Amino acid sequence: MPPPEPARDRADADRGPPHSILDDEAPARPASPREIFRVFNRLALQGFGGVLPIAQRELVERERWLTREQFVELLSVAQVLPGPNVCNLALIFGDRHFGWRGGLAALGGMILAPLGIVIALTVLYTHYAQHPVVAGALRGMGAVAAGLVFSTGLKLLPSLRRNPLGHRPALAFAALTFGAIALARVPLFWVLLVFGAIAYAWAWRRLAP
Amino acid sequence: MSAPVLVASDWWGLFGQFLLLSLLAIGGAIGTAPEMHRYLVEQQHWMTDAQFSAAIAIAQSAPGPNLLFVAVLGWGVAGPLGMFTTMLGNLLPSTTLALAAARWGEARRATRGVQAFVHGMAPLTVGLVLSSGWILGKAAWGSLALIATMVVTVAVCLRTRISPLWLIAAGGVVGAFVG
Repeated sequence: MPPPEPARDRADADRGPPHSILDDEAPARPASPREIFRVFNRLALQGFGGVLPIAQRELVERERWLTREQFVELLSVAQVLPGPNVCNLALIFGDRHFGWRGGLAALGGMILAPLGIVIALTVLYTHYAQHPVVAGALRGMGAVAAGLVFSTGLKLLPSLRRNPLGHRPALAFAALTFGAIALARVPLFWVLLVFGAIAYAWAWRRLAP
Repeated sequence: MSAPVLVASDWWGLFGQFLLLSLLAIGGAIGTAPEMHRYLVEQQHWMTDAQFSAAIAIAQSAPGPNLLFVAVLGWGVAGPLGMFTTMLGNLLPSTTLALAAARWGEARRATRGVQAFVHGMAPLTVGLVLSSGWILGKAAWGSLALIATMVVTVAVCLRTRISPLWLIAAGGVVGAFVG
């Protein structure tokens, strides 16, 4: 067993054999793949215009299956892998708890019911798309959806406090990313490559034993 | 939508295209929408511009992951079987890769390399979430009422634990009257 490494901000090392910090810090954990399916189904059905805000709310604030830091960590991994972020997040979360059955349960819960709804809407939409009230309502819901995503980002900011980069450098990286993507519209690929490489190298140095 | 007639090679082309785009979808499926547009509308003429835009708008306004616009596109091209083809093509590679990569990282999570990656990426991730909110909100910039709706949403969301469902419903009502 390796001795504890003081440079790390996690309590990983004193907990014994290899395991996930997803298991030791979160106040609660799912009981079964069925429960995972149920919760991901519930959060997907609430997720109008994007599931991320609800995922944060349900997994971190309500079920307490993840701490805020774990949520950001999982999202980071889901984000850099190809594929839909929240689906990757669901899949990895499920897999960490119950293997591929858990992953399938989470992904299925996330996709199946909304798929039925979206197809029903497609059929309806072709009839009512021109109606101004329908178009207006869609715009209003879109504005709320944008506000929800933005506040999710604001709620995740405090998770950077314990980042080994240091609080201020971490905030600076977040601000730079925001400036590049939202304001300058630099393609995501380049932002991840350049800022990601710098942040990685920085974290690598700071984590020196 | 009047569905075009697809022959066997078209089905494989459709499936192959979405398989490929799956692996290119870093940061979310929506990032590959321009490429899907090029293939479905400009190259194959399987759907019109308007149908393509409507597909994305519907997926945005419905509950569930944004990825579902892929299902609406497939449905528009060839009904249920088209939906199955695009969804399976779009999910299979990324899902397999995500599981493999996550397990690989999990097994090495105590190593300095994985720790540096996870912690180095965290601020970028938060920055990306804020960016998504900002970019989605641009559609509302033309209307004061919609901007106010967004600001109120952020304030309420930060100060209370009210379910976002109520906020979405309120947004729909506001939009129906003034949007």
